[in-house]
Amino acid sequence: MTAATEPLGPSALRRGATRTGAIILVDTAFSVLLFVGTIVGVIALATLLWTILDTGWARLAADPVAFLTNYVSRLPARAGIRAALVGSAYLMVLTALFCFPIGVGAAIYLEEFAPRNRVTNFVEANISNLAGVPSVVYGLLGLGIFARFLRLGPSLLAGALTLAVMSLPVIIVAARESIRAVPESVRLGAYALGATKWQTVRRQVLPAAMPGTLTGTILALSRAIGETAPLLVIGLPIVIFSMPNDLRDPVSALPLLIFDWTSRPQPAFAEAAAAASIVLLALLLAMNAVAIFLRNRYTIRW
Amino acid sequence: MNGLFICAVLSIAVTVGIVAVLLVDTVEFFRESSLGAFLTGTVWAPGQGAGEGGQYGVLPLINGTLMIGVGSLVVGLPLGVLTAIYLSEYANPRFRGVLKPTLEILAGIPTVVVGFFALQFITPTLLRPIFGEDRVFIFNAAAGSIAVGLMILPIIASISEDAMRAVPASLREAAYGLGSTKRQVSLRVVVPAALSGIAASVILAFSRAVGETMAVTIAAGNSPKMTLDFFTSIQTLTASIAQTVRGEVAAGTVRYNALFALGMTLFLITLVMNLISARIVRRFRQVYS
Repeated sequence: MTAATEPLGPSALRRGATRTGAIILVDTAFSVLLFVGTIVGVIALATLLWTILDTGWARLAADPVAFLTNYVSRLPARAGIRAALVGSAYLMVLTALFCFPIGVGAAIYLEEFAPRNRVTNFVEANISNLAGVPSVVYGLLGLGIFARFLRLGPSLLAGALTLAVMSLPVIIVAARESIRAVPESVRLGAYALGATKWQTVRRQVLPAAMPGTLTGTILALSRAIGETAPLLVIGLPIVIFSMPNDLRDPVSALPLLIFDWTSRPQPAFAEAAAAASIVLLALLLAMNAVAIFLRNRYTIRW
Repeated sequence: MNGLFICAVLSIAVTVGIVAVLLVDTVEFFRESSLGAFLTGTVWAPGQGAGEGGQYGVLPLINGTLMIGVGSLVVGLPLGVLTAIYLSEYANPRFRGVLKPTLEILAGIPTVVVGFFALQFITPTLLRPIFGEDRVFIFNAAAGSIAVGLMILPIIASISEDAMRAVPASLREAAYGLGSTKRQVSLRVVVPAALSGIAASVILAFSRAVGETMAVTIAAGNSPKMTLDFFTSIQTLTASIAQTVRGEVAAGTVRYNALFALGMTLFLITLVMNLISARIVRRFRQVYS
């Protein structure tokens, strides 16, 4: 207060100038800190990818065909990922078949038909809680219900059902967001032309919401395919020397194999684990690329 | 229409299924092992084989889980919030457009691969040279914490950034009008206004860290103990489940039932944290929209 009443002498001006200088300094330091903090995450990602490539590339590049088509082996040099790769592919397809229709159905119901009442609120709260349940708990669900109670054992079917149940909340959320993004005018236009509620949903809303829904589904599947814990808990095998012919047959999966190789002491198995990780990351990258392509190519901007 | 309704209600069946599965065997477990010993016991040493016996005190596992939870927040919270402030207030749109997908990639790396990275890089190349070979175990809580910290960083960053972006521009403009600098606007207006969102992201991230299985199983070890030493090997609730199922336990044994008691503990902890987080998010949404 007193400063304001004093006449502004040269010393006061200098004080002001150093104060401004200090503020500029602190502000610059702060923006540098922010940038550094942000870039640490990027550096960590780069280091991770580099470590995987550096450890595994030689193993993969030496004989990619043998690595992809050999079964596992006690000798790290002969070990391949055939059963795991095929198992992961089967698991992914079956998981998608199980959770896509149910997820989209639930989303349509909640967005288009559900009355605003307690049951609906409960279902919604329940879905968002399910999305936060740890994957290992889904594994226990799969072990208790699919593997033991329904007597499916550690099979392709039990694995796919477990992954489907785990992915369901994510797909429902993605589908709901795409359905919500379809403007009301589209629905009103359809009604004005005499369409019933069901026809409107089936022929207008659903096709318009499909790119977003598919994108969300692919992202959910890429999460599911990288999951290890639930498959480990239901007891899917790692050492397996056959292709599944039946839904009840046991299958392995890439993350399971990576985990197994990672926990072996020989360095050659660490290299094999890194090589298998490269294959898994490439698979996920491809799925993400498809998702981004669908989003950019087919999403309608209203 | 009825079919659609069944699809939606199926999600409730999943919850009921989880609770039922966990409850049945948990009850079975507590028939043979007392609840008091489970909750207050400081030794987790499951019985081996048919003879059974063994001690089932959950505290060492809770201890390990909390170490990973807190340790990963020490890594993920500052980095996540700095990233959120940078993305929301400082980054130009073009750089932001590159950074956000990059962080999404980090969030999408399978946890087993992150665990491999922790074991092959974080411990031997980062921790051991800095803190000493004989000080840092091959399997240690610090490596697990850093690995999980990297996994929760994108969660904290993206939810916190959403909360910061939801702060109305008028608040920022008012602060600028009073002569504030960008740092002052960020730290004294935007961050306090978005605090509940940041808190929600932190609780959610903590819940993810508690539920994380593979990275901690691979990097943090499998020796349940009451310790606060981050350079020694520990075991979390999730890692204990993973270790037990790898050993092919027979259904009906105490050890098998203990799996579900651990699962129940984990489910309840994460459920409570997710509910708190969801409640906070709902509240901050109401304030600004």
